[in-house]
Amino acid sequence: MTIQGWFLILAFTGILLLLAKPVGMWLHAIYEGRRTPLHVVLGPVERGFYKLAGIDPTAEQGWRRYAVHMLLFNIVLMLFTYAVLRLQGVLPFNPQGLGAVGGHLSFNTAISFTTNTNWQSYGGESTMSNLSQMLGLTIHNFLSAATGIALAFALFRGFARHHSPEKGPATIGNFWADVTRITLYLLLPACVAIAIFYIASGVPQTLAGAIDVSTLEGAKQSILLGPVASQEAIKMLGTNGGGFFNANSAHPFENPTALTNFVQMLSIFVIGAGLSWTFGKAVGNTRQGWAILAAMMVLFLVGTGIAYWAEAAGNPNLHALGVPGGNMEGKEVRFGIAASALYSVVTTAASCGAVNAMHDSFTALGGMIPLFNMQLGEVVVGGVGAGIYGFLLFAILAVFVAGLMVGRTPEYVGKKIEAREVKLAVLAIAVLPLVILGFTSLSSVMDAGLAGPLNKGPHGFSEILYAFTSGVANNGSAFAGLTANTPYYNALLGIAMWLGRFFIIVPMLAIAGSLAAKKYTPAGAGSFPTTGGLWVGLLVGIILILGGLTFLPGLALGPIADHLAMIRGQLS
Amino acid sequence: MGKDFTSALRPAIVMTILFAALLGLAYPLAITGIGQAIFPVQANGSLVVENGKVVGSTVVGQAFTSDRYFQTRPSAAGQGYDGLASSGSNLGPTSQALIDRVKGDVEKRRAEGVSGALPADLVTASGSGLDPDLSPQAALAQVERVARVRGLPAARVRALVAAQVEQPLLGVLGEPRINILSLNRALDRLR
Repeated sequence: MTIQGWFLILAFTGILLLLAKPVGMWLHAIYEGRRTPLHVVLGPVERGFYKLAGIDPTAEQGWRRYAVHMLLFNIVLMLFTYAVLRLQGVLPFNPQGLGAVGGHLSFNTAISFTTNTNWQSYGGESTMSNLSQMLGLTIHNFLSAATGIALAFALFRGFARHHSPEKGPATIGNFWADVTRITLYLLLPACVAIAIFYIASGVPQTLAGAIDVSTLEGAKQSILLGPVASQEAIKMLGTNGGGFFNANSAHPFENPTALTNFVQMLSIFVIGAGLSWTFGKAVGNTRQGWAILAAMMVLFLVGTGIAYWAEAAGNPNLHALGVPGGNMEGKEVRFGIAASALYSVVTTAASCGAVNAMHDSFTALGGMIPLFNMQLGEVVVGGVGAGIYGFLLFAILAVFVAGLMVGRTPEYVGKKIEAREVKLAVLAIAVLPLVILGFTSLSSVMDAGLAGPLNKGPHGFSEILYAFTSGVANNGSAFAGLTANTPYYNALLGIAMWLGRFFIIVPMLAIAGSLAAKKYTPAGAGSFPTTGGLWVGLLVGIILILGGLTFLPGLALGPIADHLAMIRGQLS
Repeated sequence: MGKDFTSALRPAIVMTILFAALLGLAYPLAITGIGQAIFPVQANGSLVVENGKVVGSTVVGQAFTSDRYFQTRPSAAGQGYDGLASSGSNLGPTSQALIDRVKGDVEKRRAEGVSGALPADLVTASGSGLDPDLSPQAALAQVERVARVRGLPAARVRALVAAQVEQPLLGVLGEPRINILSLNRALDRLR
């Protein structure tokens, strides 16, 4: 580890914290439907969309209607992408002349992008035409992100709005207005600016295909170009992570410099961090938001420290060959150890899944941190929207546990937490271990599952565990040695991604509806304070115990066994 | 629930079409137009043209395997530096295949006369298989061989390497690195 490496990590954290409030304020304006300076240009677009689609943006929805509209929109979007991929061969903007994407691969990819996972069973350059990248995939990068943020808004409203004697239970907003405003006034303009910066830094943006090069040594090399920058911008900002190329952000065309790398990491985290502030503002006390962000940062810095230490310590099996120092297998020279370790933690703490180094080639413990981050439910900043609503599920459990321990009334930001909310929160949180461990176990005994791993021994098991963790958690990064483009893995991972997204969302929306139907309960002498250091500590504890403990046996069989083998020099 | 469903049908279908047009076509095409107008070199892959021929890109690495050139890192992209098949090796830390491969590369460097600790990047595959850079140490480890094969004084080659080092941005962001295509082109110009 170097001073420069730690400086990078701390500078990143500092800049993120500085950005949290301004971004949170912007998000809050969108949350309330206030007019922004961008309305001059984009206001007519927004109104035009509503008019054509027959939407009344002021029509408030209860949680059931919000959920049904959200689900149906996502299903139509998924079918749209499935169609684009299946018809790729006859559609335009296909300079490489690629044929239709296969059936099970299209199924997997359509779900993958709809659920904000962006798991790549395909190699981008050899499978997807420019049209598929733009029309099939880029739209999901925007809309799955906007859906996530909209859902967070809905939950915020559940906390912030109250049952009133005149109107009865409160509503949780209008799904269409939320999605449209988030896309038009936040994601799209930000991506235009970021995409232009990426192009200036060396990311291609063209409709051309591959360029043939005769190298200095006289060999032939084909260099694939495409509309990369436009996709790259939203890939990070929307915590999507699906790369234009197979190697994702390790590819020099996706991530050409240390500066683009820094901007990518910030893009991944910035909306999630901002949403913590927005939540505090929405419930009338920004300290509530800062407390959440503080708990997230504790988990983030501990994870980063371990991953950086493990990667900087390197692989003893290489040291024995006269190659000392950190682990550079799967890493790019321009990023080095620190920026690669940091990126791996950022991308898995958030539900992004972009990678600038190959996690499969990390040291055993260095690779365990990304895995564990996802198993915690990606609540350390987390995916846009998904991070904060996932975190609030843990917060509900934390006040419940605190209430049991010290005999206080379980209340959170002005709402009594009762049996219904706790049951629904547990239901949502239980999806992760059930599906991850269930599908991993299945794949560890089925021939079709065992055919997947590239590496042998415990590391091979880690590849399977990582795949299902990434799928259910909607991350999308991989221990990419796993051959996942098979009917078995495409089908099972497709199902895993769908369960991991919508089987958490629906109970979460039910909680939002349940909270919105409650009266406001002002904090009294009997309430557990949810802003101070004690609360932050309790949150971290609950997340580690409830979120993490279930996975310890699995980690012991995979990365921990792998680590013991590594330090003893046992190869497989 | 039935009314929730029917009321969602028209918005779901119409909004999918509208957003597809805006985000899937208008946005990337507008960015393409802007990129091609303002940054045509970068937008088209930062290509290097020599005597009217495209010899590579400053951004993406190409294979150098000859002893006359500074050689690039091992690559898992296709048969090596395949611009249509970017990939890392994905070999784990306890992989026999990884250790065998590294051992082979270490022995090759030892045969060239490199002694002492070997720079890690010289014998490990990058994440993309298209890494355009080497660390300064990995380039310096090849100076003796390149100078010998080309019949140049080692000091001149070493000075060339030193001149090609790109320092971290503002001294902190990124790692010191050398673009191998740029270094080898400069090497070809050295008389």
